[in-house]
Amino acid sequence: MNDDVRRKMLEAVERMPAFPESVHQVVELAGDINCSQKDLVEVIKLDPVFTLKILRLVNSPFFGLSREISSISHASVYLGLNTLKNVALGLAAVGAIPKSASRRMDMGAFWLHSLAVAACASMLGRRLGVPRDDAADYFAAGLLHDIGKVVFALYMPDEYATIASECAEPGTVLHRCELKTIGITHADIGGLLAGKWHLPGELREAIATHHSLGDGGDSLVNDCLFAANQISKKLSFGSAGNYEVEPLPPGVADRFGVTMDELVADLPSLGEEVENARIFIKLGEAR
Amino acid sequence: MRIRFRGTRGSLPVPGPKTVRYGGNTTCIEVRGDHGGLLILDAGTGIRGLGRELVAEGVASCDIFITHLHWDHISGLPFFLPLFLPGRRVTLYGPADPLNMTGIEAVLDRQMEYPFFPVRAAELSADLECRTLADGETVDLGFARVSPLLMNHPAPNFGYLVQCDGKSMFFTGDHEPFVNIYSPEDRDFEMYASLVEQRNRTILDRLRGVDLLVVDAQYTSEEFAVKRGWGHGSMDSALEMARDAGAGLVVLTHHDMERTDEDLDELEARLRARWKGSGVRFELAREGMELEL
Repeated sequence: MNDDVRRKMLEAVERMPAFPESVHQVVELAGDINCSQKDLVEVIKLDPVFTLKILRLVNSPFFGLSREISSISHASVYLGLNTLKNVALGLAAVGAIPKSASRRMDMGAFWLHSLAVAACASMLGRRLGVPRDDAADYFAAGLLHDIGKVVFALYMPDEYATIASECAEPGTVLHRCELKTIGITHADIGGLLAGKWHLPGELREAIATHHSLGDGGDSLVNDCLFAANQISKKLSFGSAGNYEVEPLPPGVADRFGVTMDELVADLPSLGEEVENARIFIKLGEAR
Repeated sequence: MRIRFRGTRGSLPVPGPKTVRYGGNTTCIEVRGDHGGLLILDAGTGIRGLGRELVAEGVASCDIFITHLHWDHISGLPFFLPLFLPGRRVTLYGPADPLNMTGIEAVLDRQMEYPFFPVRAAELSADLECRTLADGETVDLGFARVSPLLMNHPAPNFGYLVQCDGKSMFFTGDHEPFVNIYSPEDRDFEMYASLVEQRNRTILDRLRGVDLLVVDAQYTSEEFAVKRGWGHGSMDSALEMARDAGAGLVVLTHHDMERTDEDLDELEARLRARWKGSGVRFELAREGMELEL
């Protein structure tokens, strides 16, 4: 990659919005069984966008409340701490990401793909014995693994459109086209953005290396993310512009001890989990 | 209207020699109209015996109103015999699960999912209907009208007002009195106090003047002080609610699983001494107890 491209990319990463502190705090508070209702309400209240999303959800027909909820305090009296906490967590997962990256990018398809990879990575993690709490990190890795594509689509729309049309040809792999045309992959850019957002090291690493697995020695989250990405493409859950299903490298296949088809057969509720999480995407991306 | 308590315990069934008089099954209340209509409130383990009797009686259809989906209120459902018989109609009513975006129809699917249960919900022979209710709407069963109202619990949880034969009862499901999360010196104290007051008023308005109030009174006041946020009330908070609403009779239920018959006798005696002369009439729920309004 030449210096000019690198400078342009770093500038693009800098222009991406910050990851809201309130989301970090909600995740942290929700992990504390003794967290007070007041602390949770105070954290959410400070973030108007997050507040708005929660109010939209609690006023949606799913809750069927007989009166309109007008504030987070109101929601906490009406719904109670547990429900509010769970609602906040669900929305936090997608809260930080721009809604419309580009006229050229189908964000609905992009999010569906990301969500499917998230749900699948978390299920694969649990299958390998990862505790439920840690599996949430696998979900986050899946949800954010392609975030570098959003940076491309926002700040290099013309180059990215060329890559997208090249990639529609069977047998081409998106990240190789990116490397050839721009000199850097969406995984690299995603890793840089994760750094700017101060995301945990393992998550940053998973995003940056999700296309470059070796034959062993990779982390559990990387292996799950790679397999989840291929499975989601194979099952056509949405699309993030890359249709080529890559085989599982031997290290990954060994980890699961089954073929990709057998792995797919072992995840019968994946579709249902993706469906269940859709409402959060809808509200999470709303501004 | 006749009411029969089929299960009076909270949290978990506790059968055994120390729970004979008040019973060991979890929440279930049978309500019958004067002319034979039937509805059931909650499907704790107490619903199993009722199901067997309904089959023996040849009752063709029944309506079950679920307050919320915590185990002690639904664990009898997969053992409710009418569900397994062709030609029977069972209608389930209850709140939505907004986090999973499912309605009450998911309750049996989840409970009876492999490997938790040997029979799948899809294999049930009865004609099963499900209706997810919204806060404040009214279901007209012909012989009775049932209105759900959202209460305070760590899950979407309804209280149900039942109006039948010119009489009324309100069953709280589980309910914890609201508290102000702010201290008096906090800026938002007044605002929150008014929201709490508004919620209390909504609930009191709904149950004002009911002939019978059946209410969650799991804790003593001392226990309640250290179990705030667990979603249950105290015996005293339940009686205060009954007094403020002007209820004709209040039945305290959802007995804590640790209580023996002797413990409950003792608590009742203390409560009677404390509330003597208050004008509030109350009973402790006993499994098998029948009331006629």
